[in-house]
Amino acid sequence: MSDAAANTQARRIRPKYLNLRALLFEIRLPLPGWISILHRISGALLFLALIWLLWMLDRSLASESAFDKIKHYASLWPVKLALLVLVWAYCHHFCAGIRYLFLDLDKGIDLATARLTSWLVLATSLALSAFFGWKIW
Amino acid sequence: MTNRIVTGAHYGLRDWLAQRITAVIMAIYSVIAVSVLLSGHPITYGVWRDLFTQGWMRVATLLFMASLAWHAWAGVRDILMDYVKPAGLRLALEVLVLLTIAAYVGWTIQILWR
Repeated sequence: MSDAAANTQARRIRPKYLNLRALLFEIRLPLPGWISILHRISGALLFLALIWLLWMLDRSLASESAFDKIKHYASLWPVKLALLVLVWAYCHHFCAGIRYLFLDLDKGIDLATARLTSWLVLATSLALSAFFGWKIW
Repeated sequence: MTNRIVTGAHYGLRDWLAQRITAVIMAIYSVIAVSVLLSGHPITYGVWRDLFTQGWMRVATLLFMASLAWHAWAGVRDILMDYVKPAGLRLALEVLVLLTIAAYVGWTIQILWR
């Protein structure tokens, strides 16, 4: 009886609506959740930046003078900063993606392993970004 | 199944699998491309152009772009399905994304075989 009553009580306050305040301050996303939303954000970012990256590839292969112009363009600090963000997005999407491929194969499903691999994804993608950032800077 | 939404995921499994296969293809390309770029000399125009005039690099890059097209389509469609609820707007955005991706593939071919 008490269980059933509790269930009904819980059902009565459904649906629970989300707002920005709840998303930002009330819901504490666990680490694998952060990896997930960052995977989505980095993917969207890469898709939106694709036109810019293709344009740079196009110019860099057009001619020697166009290549030099792009090289100079890519040395401007706002451009470098944007490229660094995209490098991070690629690294994160890459590492988190490999994690998801393993999850699809039922590897690393239990909570402890899932948390550990989430930390690994975060750390590896940041380390790779730092390395490639240092290379292009 | 009732209340079918024309912009819903009624072709889910194939795209889901394709997204994973294309991910592996792009991952392999990325590792090879990064090792080629890091292994050699500083990247001058000559080195860069010679790399992209080799047949295998052109074909591999086109395969990467084709994989990216399918992968990104599945991903962007997932995002649109999650956040854009009105069917008309969602359909319009999906068409826009598809046309954009098709244009990118065409542009890539033009860049590689100029």
